[in-house]
Amino acid sequence: MSDLRLMKGNEALAEAAIRAGCRGYFGYPITPQSEILEYLALEGRSRGMIVLQAESEVASINMVYGGAGVGARVMTSSSSPGISLMQEGISYIAGAELPCLIVNVSRGGPGLGTIQPSQGDYFQAVKGGGHGDYRLLVLAPSSVQEMADFVFDAFDLADKYRSPVMILADGALGQMMERVSFREYDPAAHLVAKPWATTGKPVTRERNIITSLHIEPEKMEQINNRLQEKYRQMALHETRCEEFQTADAEYLIVAYGLAARIAQGAVEMARAQGIRAGLLRPVTLFPYPTDAIRALADRVRGVLVVEMNAGQMIEDVRLALEGRVPVRFYGRTGGIIPSPDEVLGALTKMVNEDVLHIEEVS
Amino acid sequence: MEHQTMQPDSPVLECVYSRPGTLTETRFHYCPGCGHGVVHRVLMEAVEELGIQGETIGVAPVGCSVFAYNYLDIDMQEAAHGRASAVATAVKRLLPDRYVFSYQGDGDLAAIGTAETIHTVNRGENILMLFINNAIYGMTGGQMAPTTLIGMKTTTSPLGRTVEASGFPLKITEMVATLPGAYYVSRNSVHTPGAVRHLKKAILKSFQYQKEKRGTCFIEVVSNCPSGWKMTPLEANRWMAEHMFPLYPPGEIKVPK
Repeated sequence: MSDLRLMKGNEALAEAAIRAGCRGYFGYPITPQSEILEYLALEGRSRGMIVLQAESEVASINMVYGGAGVGARVMTSSSSPGISLMQEGISYIAGAELPCLIVNVSRGGPGLGTIQPSQGDYFQAVKGGGHGDYRLLVLAPSSVQEMADFVFDAFDLADKYRSPVMILADGALGQMMERVSFREYDPAAHLVAKPWATTGKPVTRERNIITSLHIEPEKMEQINNRLQEKYRQMALHETRCEEFQTADAEYLIVAYGLAARIAQGAVEMARAQGIRAGLLRPVTLFPYPTDAIRALADRVRGVLVVEMNAGQMIEDVRLALEGRVPVRFYGRTGGIIPSPDEVLGALTKMVNEDVLHIEEVS
Repeated sequence: MEHQTMQPDSPVLECVYSRPGTLTETRFHYCPGCGHGVVHRVLMEAVEELGIQGETIGVAPVGCSVFAYNYLDIDMQEAAHGRASAVATAVKRLLPDRYVFSYQGDGDLAAIGTAETIHTVNRGENILMLFINNAIYGMTGGQMAPTTLIGMKTTTSPLGRTVEASGFPLKITEMVATLPGAYYVSRNSVHTPGAVRHLKKAILKSFQYQKEKRGTCFIEVVSNCPSGWKMTPLEANRWMAEHMFPLYPPGEIKVPK
């Protein structure tokens, strides 16, 4: 393919944003994602994008609010502490139903934490993060190729649902280089009409107001109901996951993002040792592939959740399984990336426990 | 009481004062004597006179004027507390041929939004920033603001603001005037007809400068808060002139050379 390039995840994501018709980028430098701002400062600007280095993440996300409010495709990116600063603005964006892309190339925490990769922001991304009853549609790439691909998907989904979409990556995906090709994508063919946008009120229509403020309880509840209905529609139509060797799997690993790629290696190693392992990888973290996990509940003897955190997504796996299958966890924190060997070790331990348990019973 | 009947030859009364077409029919929720209503009206008179209703986008704050969009008949966005100028920045950058203004009170612009205020002006964003300074948080019930005067009693400075506890009143308008991005900086009030006329001129000028892409225009309106100050509207205006003007003197602070 002529368009095949070797790029960092951050750069691939930035290039995809330009190609996806993103007209405004507002951000603030923070490791390990500053390449996005750097790439766009040159490439984005030279190709007509408004690229503004703001005074803070707080300003950035509110610029995204303003830009999305005029109907433009806009985005910001940051890493964990910066995303924490944005939570108020994200809540407003969700409340005002503004489509935009928010990228979190996450790092280890809590606090200033580390600049090394982590999946410690799962709760924040998936459970709301800011105040109020809202959700983000969250896409979790696991390769540089997906760092690019998901940008196109994210903007389309944001427009489709008039909702903020987050790409939740991590520092490794942002920094590592892989080959990537960019899909054929004509933004003009994807852009939807935004009659609600504040572009200046012609005499032919009523004024448009972008707001998340609804003082009347009945009206506020109505908005909440509409948001919840939107999230139900997302669950029906946008839930995505990948399965690897699950058809005959006795033991299932559930992992997302970079952890899923590592787990895939562990599954292959386990298979070579005669353990019938499989992998389910949630691609959307919200909506969560609850049904796909539940469907495997009757077929597997144990589930191992692998995350680069202290155990966050495991709660959603347990909710999906509702106690039908034993669930174990393996995770590393502090910015440490688990090796396939470690994951295999955890898997083998679970298998042995299970075998022991069977022997005890019989 | 004596009732008079109209004479058939009475002259038809001429309408000399009416609601500008750029304001909606919604009645202001503001307290009697509050300056917001006058500022809204003057702003929208300017928009009407310039014929830019269809090209103007406003950004409302959090504070007493949070519902400004209920009154101003133009496209508007409601910003988070303190962030109006950041929101307005993006609106203007993406729609550079539109007229964009932010409208904020003292808590919004000079406390929680100080960083956004300074940096928006420092970038010289081609917007009008309207700043209503009544030295108090009106909507939340009269708490101390960054611009509250020394000795002034509020619900959070019940014995009067002291420097020891709360530092000095922030003269943020003078601060932003030092920034090269600020093209026109003016301090006004709306307590006399003359002051109202001056404000309108300042707003008209600001839209003209915005059209010419000169940089940020920043207009402070020293205003009152009869409810928060616990005064009648008349007392509040007198008190404002007597106590606020010495620290926040009306006048042109930075004018184009």
